Formats: sequence, C-alpha cells, structure tokens
Amino acid sequence: MKLTLKIWRQKNPDQKGKLVDYNLNDVNPDDSFLEMLDTLNYELIVKGENPVAFDHDCREGICGMCSLFINGRPHGPDRGIATCQLHMRRFKDGDTVYIEPFRARAFPVIKDLVVDRSAFDRIQQAGGYISVNTSGNPQDANTVPIEKTVADAAFDSATCIGCGACVAACKNASAMLFVSAKISQLALLPQGEVEAKSRVANMVKQMDEEGFGNCTNTGACEIECPKEISLENIARMNREYLKAGVKG
Amino acid sequence: MNRLDAKIPDGPLSEKWTNHKNRLNLISPANKRTLDVIVVGTGLAGGSAAATLAELGYNVKSFCFQDSPRRAHSVAAQGGINAAKNYQGDGDSVYRLFYDTIKGGDYRSREANVYRLAEVSSNIIDQCVAQGVPFAREYGGLLDNRSFGGVQVSRTFYAKGQTGQQLLLGVYAALNRQIGRGKIQMFNRHEMMDVVVIDGRARGIISRNLITGAIERHSAHAVVIASGGYGNLFYLSTYAMGSNASAAWKAHRKGAFLANPCFNQIHPTAIPVGGPNQSKLTLMSESLRNDGRIWVPKNLEDAKAIREGSKKPGDIEDGDRDYYLERQYPAFGNLVPRDVASRAAKERCDAGYGVNVTGQAVFLDFASAIYRSGKEKANVSGLKNVDDATIRKLGKEVMKQKYGNLFQMYHKIVDQNPYETPMKIYPTTHYTMGGLWVDYNLMTTVPGLFAIGEANFSDHGANRLGASALMQGLADGYFILPYTIGDYLSDDIGTGKITTASTEFEEAESEVKETIKKLIGNEGSHPVDYFHKKLGKIMWQYCGINRNKEGLERAMKKIRSVREEFWENVIVPGTAEEFNEELAKAGRLADFLELAELYAKDALFREESCGAHLRQEFQTADGEAMRNDVDFAHVAAWEYTGDPGDARLHKEKLVYENIEVKQRSYK
Ligand SMILES: Cc1cc2nc3c(=O)[nH]c(=O)nc-3n(C[C@H](O)[C@H](O)[C@H](O)COP(=O)(O)OP(=O)(O)OC[C@H]3O[C@@H](n4cnc5c(N)ncnc54)[C@H](O)[C@@H]3O)c2cc1C
Ligand code: SF4
Ligand code: FES
Repeated sequence: MKLTLKIWRQKNPDQKGKLVDYNLNDVNPDDSFLEMLDTLNYELIVKGENPVAFDHDCREGICGMCSLFINGRPHGPDRGIATCQLHMRRFKDGDTVYIEPFRARAFPVIKDLVVDRSAFDRIQQAGGYISVNTSGNPQDANTVPIEKTVADAAFDSATCIGCGACVAACKNASAMLFVSAKISQLALLPQGEVEAKSRVANMVKQMDEEGFGNCTNTGACEIECPKEISLENIARMNREYLKAGVKG
Repeated sequence: MNRLDAKIPDGPLSEKWTNHKNRLNLISPANKRTLDVIVVGTGLAGGSAAATLAELGYNVKSFCFQDSPRRAHSVAAQGGINAAKNYQGDGDSVYRLFYDTIKGGDYRSREANVYRLAEVSSNIIDQCVAQGVPFAREYGGLLDNRSFGGVQVSRTFYAKGQTGQQLLLGVYAALNRQIGRGKIQMFNRHEMMDVVVIDGRARGIISRNLITGAIERHSAHAVVIASGGYGNLFYLSTYAMGSNASAAWKAHRKGAFLANPCFNQIHPTAIPVGGPNQSKLTLMSESLRNDGRIWVPKNLEDAKAIREGSKKPGDIEDGDRDYYLERQYPAFGNLVPRDVASRAAKERCDAGYGVNVTGQAVFLDFASAIYRSGKEKANVSGLKNVDDATIRKLGKEVMKQKYGNLFQMYHKIVDQNPYETPMKIYPTTHYTMGGLWVDYNLMTTVPGLFAIGEANFSDHGANRLGASALMQGLADGYFILPYTIGDYLSDDIGTGKITTASTEFEEAESEVKETIKKLIGNEGSHPVDYFHKKLGKIMWQYCGINRNKEGLERAMKKIRSVREEFWENVIVPGTAEEFNEELAKAGRLADFLELAELYAKDALFREESCGAHLRQEFQTADGEAMRNDVDFAHVAAWEYTGDPGDARLHKEKLVYENIEVKQRSYK
C-alpha cells in the first residue's frame, strides 16, 4: 500500500523543527509500524539523507522505550498497546500518517522523534522505593502473607512501563497517572506502608519541580496508556497525599 | 601460572561458599569510600550489583545505553524465576536445583558455581518481596509457584507474564535509592566503547554519550561487565534491538578470555518470521507447552495445501496429524527441553511439512486443552449435559486466565486468533550460555575486570533451564560479586584515585575515535542492516540448530568476507557529534562480525553434540545427541591474539565429584 508520512524533523534541542513529507509506495501491511520506519530510514540512508531518529528497544511492548504521537494519539490508534506493537494493517492504502514526538515541557526533544524522559527517573529517585538494604538478610518471603486481591492490585499498578504516553495525552502534560501508579503499588503492599507518607510527599514535590502540569481529571491518560493503568491510581494517590498532610 | 585457575574453594560442596565468604578479605567503611567501581549494564545483574556496591559504601558509576536503567533487556523476561524454597513441599532442595541445572546444562558447567547459585536462590525471593515485587500469590496470601522447563518440582516464582519487568523494577528502585543518596552516578544513553587496562589491571572505560557523541574517560579501581547476551549475532532473535556484544567483545580484545561462545540457546516457541522487513521475533513463553500440542500434517500434500491456503488446520483430521514430539518422546512429549523441541521442529520443516508461507513453522494447538479444561470447568461448576459449544466457551475462559496476555500479543502480531486456530511457531535464538570466562569470584582473566549475568559463561553449561537466567543475574549482582570484588579491592586501598590522564586512557580514546572516524567517513553504498541481515543468514544456516564441520568452515570464510565487505562498503550517515543511531549500530555490528567468527570456530572445534550444540557428525543411529565426555568435558576459553579466527584455546577441565554424569534421555 501507499502512504504519505508527515514526520517531525528537528536536528537538535536548540533548533526549530518542522513536519516533512515522505512517500512510501510499497508498505507491507504485516510489517510493524517501526519496521515501516526502518524501511523509510533504509531508503533515506541509501539516498544519502539523514534517517529519522526514534526511540525503541524491546519491540514487544514492555520496555517503554518507544514513543511517537501518531495521528494525534500517543502510541497510535489502538488501545492497550505500545507503538512497537502497532501493525501497518491498521492503515489504509493512500492514508496520510502524522508522526510526531511526545510533547511536554518536561520532555524536551533531543532529535526528531526522540525526547528526554529522564524527569521520570528523577521522580523515582525522589522516593519510588522501599528503603531496605540489598545486602542484609531480610526475613523469609512468606513471613507476611498478602491477600491475593491486594497483591493483584499492586501488580496491576506495577505494570506501568514508564513510557510517558499519559503525559503526552494530557492537555496539561500532567504526570499523575505515572506517579500514582508507582505510589499505589508501594502503598498497597505492607512492605511499602512504612514510608508511604514521605514517599508521596517527595515524589509529588519532584514531579512539580520537573514542570509537569496539574491533573484536571480529563481521563485522556487512562485511554492512551498502553498498559491500561486505571484512574483509580490517581484517586489513591490523592488520598495518600492528604494522609501525608503535606501543605500544597 | 595456569591462567585458567577457577579458584574453586576446597572443602565439601555445600560448605565451599560459606567458608570462602568467611575467608574473603574485608575493607573498612572508611576505605570503601575511597574506592570507585564502574558497572556497565543496569539489567538484573548490573543493576543489583551497582545498588549493592553503593550500599556497601563504594562509589559507583553505572552505565546503560537506553534512556533509563529500567529498560534493560531483563525487562522482557516473561515466565519466571527459580528458587529452591520448597514452598510447595514437593521435595525441592538446594541439591535438587543444583542437580537439575547441571543435568539441564548437559554436564558442561562448574559444580561449585552452580551449587552456590542454588544456595543463594532462596534469599533472592526474600529480597525481592522486601522490595515490593508483586509476585503472584495464592488465595491464602502466600507466594504461588509454577513448574517450568520439564523439571519435576514447582519452584518458579512469577508475576503474570512479566516477571522480568517486576524484578527489574525492584532492582531499579534499589538503584534509585542509591542514586538519590549520591552513591551512584548514573550514565543513561551512554555506550561503553572500550576497557582501559593499566599495568595489567582494569582501570576504567571509554564511553560515548549517545546524545552528544562526546567521547569520555571514566576511571575506577575495578570494572564490572553486565551487558547481557550476544544473541543478536543472528539478526533476528528475541533480544531487544540494542542488545549487543560490544562491551564483552572489547573486554575480550583487552585480554579477557571468552568461554564457549558457540553455546547458544534456540528457543522452540517464537512467532515465525512474517516478511522480509522483520526486525525481531517475539517469544511465546515456554509455559504454553504445558497446554499446547505441537503438530504438522502427516502428509506432504496437506502441508502444501495449508501453505497455499487451500486448506485450514481444522480441515486436517486428527488421524492425519503428526504430533511428532509425542510420537518421538513419549515420556516427555511436548515438554522436552528446548534444544530437543527446536531440533525436531526444524527437522519436520526441512522435510517439507512446514505450515506457513515460508515453510518454516509448526502448529502449537490449544484445541484439546480448551476442550479438556472446559469440561473440567463444567464439572466443577456442577453443569450437566452441556453442549460442545459451551464447553469450548468455558475452556477459552480458562486459557484466557492462564495465557491471556500471550494470546493477545500473538493476535496483534499475526492477526489470527489463537483461541480459534492453532498458533504457528518456530525456533529462534534466545539466550547465550557462552560469555566471558570468570573464576569462582566472577573475575575474568584480566585482574579487576569482572563479568556477571548473561555476559559471563558461568552457570548454565551447554543449555539453560527456563527461569534460571533471572535467578543467576540477581544471584551474581546481589549476593556474590559485591563480596568477591571486596577481596580483590582489599589490596588496592592505598592506590588513591586513578587518573584518566595516562597514556593508556589516551591510547584507548584515540583508538575509539579512529574507529568512529573510519565508519563515518566511509563512502559505501549499504546501510548497517544490509550487513547485519547477511550475517544473520550465515549464522542461522551454518551455526544454528544443527552444525557440521563443512558448514562451520564455510561459515568462518563467509563471515570474514562479510566483515571485509562491511568495512569497505558500509554507509553511516550524519556526524559523530550528534545523536546518531546508525553509528551506534555500526560499531556494534563491527564487533558482532568478529565474535561471529570465533563462535563458528568454537563450534567447529567442539566435536561432540551437547546441550544446545548439535554436531550432525555426532549423533546416535536414531538421531539423538552424542556427548563426548572423554575429550570435551571442559570449558573452551579463547584468548584473543589479534584476529578472531586465530584465537588461542585454553581448556578448563570440568570435574564432577558430587553428581553422576549421565547421558540425557527424554524418550
Ligand atoms: C523474551 C525473553 C524472555 C525471557 N524470559 C526469561 C524467563 O522467564 N526467566 C528467565 O530466567 N530468563 C528469561 N530470559 C533471559 C533473561 O531475561 C536474561 O538472560 C537476563 O535478563 C539478562 O540479564 P542481564 O542483567 O545479564 O542483562 P540485560 O538485562 O540484557 O542488561 C544488559 C545491560 O547492559 C547494558 N549494555 C549493553 N551493552 C552496553 C554497552 N556497550 N555500553 C553500555 N551499556 C551496555 C544495557 O543498557 C543493559 O542495561 C528471557 C529472555 C528473553 C529475551
Ligand atoms: S501510566 Fe501508562 S502511559 Fe503513563 S508511563 Fe505508565 S504505562 Fe506509560
Ligand atoms: S520498544 Fe519496548 S515498549 Fe516499544
């Protein structure tokens, strides 16, 4: 099939970017979206042009490295998958496809479609852990039973792959879904309870410092999240925040 | 001096590690603060090591090429992690895990290392739970287990289909805690380009900042390589796109021996190649073989009709299907080890029975499992006189609970619904048992240079059991390396800061820059992938599931010629001073093209069939692998001499004192 691609090209963070048109004449519907971009890049390189930079690694929806804003939606049109899991059979012959980076003040563009998401790392460094030593000899794993429903809920929150689609989807570029998923995972587990108050306070403080926007409950994040992380996490985080008694 | 002294402590097997730990030299906290350690890699192995070293007081610099340590390839592991907890009371023990691992590895791993691995395994689970890893639990609130890889006990801990991500997030959290405390300096999007050796000791690395292209010098008192496996030699594999051999290969070039490079595991159940632009292959977890039955048509005409689309799998009557694993291996059936299942699939497809367009696929069929479990469910729910449609509906629900995410993944990629029609699967490269040679202390043949996780060769012999790689990564990083490295560093406390203003750093840096200049300046006509695909084809054809002398010799020649062609004819766009993925890819492929030749040489040299390595000349009359314990019960450790094809072989004899060496049989 034939496609017209409109791809965001930006040499580096300091220069202005723009959408550039590319035509592909022979796209195989069974290729993945990223394989389609590989094919484009191959052609560009052979022609002596610069290939389009984009992030990716596992190509199976788990590392969270791929991004891309495709036709106005993070990770493209399908629900519950990351860009690397999207296949070209989802598009029609003759379609025009807009491909842009995840945009947010806290995610500056590095080059073309590659953005800097290290703000997420810094939020985690501010408190996204349980302070146990790794070299000690902790108690036997079965000493503290955890109700299955609680463990499963903690797991569901923990499935976040840290991709940043929630931020890109949000008109305020809020990182609430991401931060709340981590806070929920740890707050739900007895091991994480001990530090719950300081954790939520420190992570939220860091989140604000990174320049993410406020949450106005539009719910766009939940719809675009490739792991379908639920808005309940945000509600839980707000409760944790109130419990922590931090003044805003 | 024998350069291959494995330094195995004396004493009875079960006391070796404890005694050894008691005898290791310690370093006072004040002195640890003056020692620097570099860790390359933030997967389960590197991440856990960095966190623990920092916690012990060392100053750590940690490197990964992704944009965050949380994306290391460990994240993709699906099935689970083994530990000898015996929570199920099914007779598991440290000895049994040790025994299964040695046997699974076809008697090509070191007793002492494997025993230690089994010994610390149980502590890994304690550690992870304390960190908040949400393992699957039973209704009573205790941890759940499943069985894996054909062993007879249930010792695998798991977190649905994403055990790797959950364990890695635990490691990442520990790492973050130390980064927050300022004890670890994290270098994301940095690629290690070379190791710097000064007066015979590893003293640092040269790295490239993947955003700016800056070449940087980093010094340390010791360097740890935790860069994962090299399966991307095959171009198509279950590895992430960026997984590479460069850190290990550069270490090899600087004097570290490489052990058993040809021991490479081909996993039997991946989604087959779909088209010419395929960039990677997705694994379908081993756990599926508990319920799926593998088959191809009995008749060649049926196979042809299916390939051409004139028949559907459902059109083939049960009597016309060949459930070849059940036929050939009645005792283990569909649950034979990975190497056996992979070979059998290839054999059937080569004989013309393959079931997709390329002829390179077999069926993994859930229809009988759906029916069986549907019936069970109906019985348990007290339903009487239910029709087949209802039974199948119930059965599909059971499958969904067990394998929902895998079925969804398959559906997305192949656009076929595995609840309705059998999956098509085919073997692919998945894990490399070979790697940097290390002694009992996990130190390579270069003093001060350590290797952990999949990057070393240590514990899995010629074949790894399912759910044991995650265990090994965390064992190395949390519980072994942090102590053994202290013993090495204890005579380094007076050395002081290592300067980067030495000729050794100077030379390493200019060599790196020279290589980059050559790549960027080359006026070739083919992109990197062109050569990588070529290499992958050679590897798959001659160095994959089956190997023979003639083919391996041919492979060595062909690899050499692709290497020459690459240097003459590759195009690398852009400049060295910017974000340039093609440049990174070119550097990695340059190293793969050297390692590949050594891989083929190692396979050629090993004149036996063992574990994942099947040499066609060494088989029994009925096509089973024939090991040669008299001549090959050793680790083949290769020394770099300037040309990968001329590497020098050193042998470490493997001695079995606690286990009876037997021929494997799954009939
Ligand atoms: C699809 C899949 C499923 C699997 N499932 C299981 C399972 O269920 N159970 C099991 O036990 N095992 C499983 N395995 C195997 C297991 O996941 C790996 O063997 C293990 O995670 C490797 O961990 P590691 O820490 O050694 O390396 P990795 O996790 O691969 O990490 C390598 C690190 O090194 C860094 N790095 C590499 N090269 C460089 C360089 N040149 N410069 C700087 N940094 C570099 C990377 O950035 C990364 O941080 C699976 C493997 C795959 C591919
Ligand atoms: S919450 Fe969802 S969208 Fe946001 S980072 Fe996590 S996985 Fe991505
Ligand atoms: S590339 Fe890993 S999630 Fe898409």
